[in-house]
Amino acid sequence: MESAGFVSISEMEPILRVENVRKRYGKREILKGVSLSIRRGELKVLIGPSGGGKSTFLQCINYLVTPDEGDIWLEGRHIDHTHKRELYRYRQQVGMIFQDFNLFDHLSAVQNIEVSLIHVKRMDRKPARERAMAELERVGLRGHADHYPAQLSGGQKQRVSIARALAMDPKVMLLDEPTSALDPELIGEVLSVIKDLVANGMTMIMATHQIGFSRALADEIVFMEDGRILERGPPLKILSDAKCERTREFCSKITELYGEAD
Amino acid sequence: MEELLFLQREILPALFKGLKVSILLIVPSAFCGLCIGILVGALRVYGGAAARRIADIYVALFRGVPLVVQLFTWYFGLPHVGIYLSPFTASVLGFSLCSGAYHSEYVRGALLSIKKGQLLAAQALGFTKLRMVMIVILPQGLRRALPGCGNELIYLIKYSSLAYMVTCIELTGEAKILASHSFKYLEVFFAVGVFYLVLVSVAGRLLHYLEEHLTLPGFEHHR
Ligand SMILES: Nc1ncnc2c1ncn2[C@@H]1O[C@H](COP(=O)(O)OP(=O)(O)O)[C@@H](O)[C@H]1O
Ligand SMILES: [Mg+2]
Repeated sequence: MESAGFVSISEMEPILRVENVRKRYGKREILKGVSLSIRRGELKVLIGPSGGGKSTFLQCINYLVTPDEGDIWLEGRHIDHTHKRELYRYRQQVGMIFQDFNLFDHLSAVQNIEVSLIHVKRMDRKPARERAMAELERVGLRGHADHYPAQLSGGQKQRVSIARALAMDPKVMLLDEPTSALDPELIGEVLSVIKDLVANGMTMIMATHQIGFSRALADEIVFMEDGRILERGPPLKILSDAKCERTREFCSKITELYGEAD
Repeated sequence: MEELLFLQREILPALFKGLKVSILLIVPSAFCGLCIGILVGALRVYGGAAARRIADIYVALFRGVPLVVQLFTWYFGLPHVGIYLSPFTASVLGFSLCSGAYHSEYVRGALLSIKKGQLLAAQALGFTKLRMVMIVILPQGLRRALPGCGNELIYLIKYSSLAYMVTCIELTGEAKILASHSFKYLEVFFAVGVFYLVLVSVAGRLLHYLEEHLTLPGFEHHR
């Protein structure tokens, strides 16, 4: 926005490029050639009916699900996921947030964060603890450092899981319906943490049905159904003036369900 | 009066001698059995196809063959292929391998009960498979396996009495010798029963204490 027309090439290049991902389980093709690229600092929102393949696609991006076909580049480097060391290094750079939090049940909030710093990043215990506390502070949970997952509310668990991902200094974050498992009154606290990330320039791909949030903050909304991307575009276009009949139907349905408020 | 003297002079010294041997059998067998159980249990869930198959065969074999037959094989059978084990070593070997097979069942079940989401989260953070198992899965799995494994340890205390079958004279062995010399079967075996009862109770208390100690905050009410 500042120096318009004077953007460096590296900023124009996608930080993450995913090409033609296909996945089948048995006879069923779940992903039928999905491509997506994202530039530094962008937020792309995936929407679409349940079972359309959003989760599978997100999990293919960090190879939690191994795609049958498809290629991925991070900062221009092609990822060879068959190479174990390279795969582990790549995953450290791609944070993932799950619908049901997936905190480690036997570790306290602060231990959940420091465990990957110690055992994956090989940091010493003291700086790992300091970093973990700083991340807890960032999501407003410094006072809950010694609580175990079973002692936290859903919203608090999700904020810890975001802190855990952030501590790894990811270049891209994948968020799979981060508020869908939460009681309505807890959604706000998690969305506000995610809004902070957007404001701080984190690059994110997020599956969500939070329409108000997406309208306000997404750079692009991608509509996925039946293993394909049917339509993509700026939020206003997709939400109020979609070309595709299926997109229009779906958007009016979720607007009804999840309301205008964010 | 005569009975009491016999108890004090003959039974107790012999039984304490046997008790010492029993404990020397039980402690290393419990430790090795548990280690084998954890390793085999983990392999059966997270190992490669070949490791899994070998581990399954091990369990099928050592759970399927009566322990006495296993002990006879180690002590009386192995010399035929030139391997000579002392009665003590043969017993510890037999007990460890047998209880390892049982432990692995409890460990396997507990590992399978860990929610898949936590594994996905660990992988997404860049954990290697080995570290994921060691740091995320085992600490939770072993907590859940503890009641079952504890049960197996109690069994071990009792089946350690089979060691006398391969001439390792422990508690039951001493009792048998004493009884057949004095013909006071009732008194001797009653005393032995009390000894085992005390052993099992002590082990039970220790296991209970360990379970309490390892309970995670927020999970207390699940018990
Ligand atoms: N491991 C699996 N085995 C078989 N089918 C699966 C598996 N994972 C997902 N699917 C199927 O893939 C489809 C897409 O699922 P998913 O990616 O979860 O969609 P979404 O997140 O959009 O709801 C669903 O029909 C689901 O049943
Ligand atoms: Mg999903």
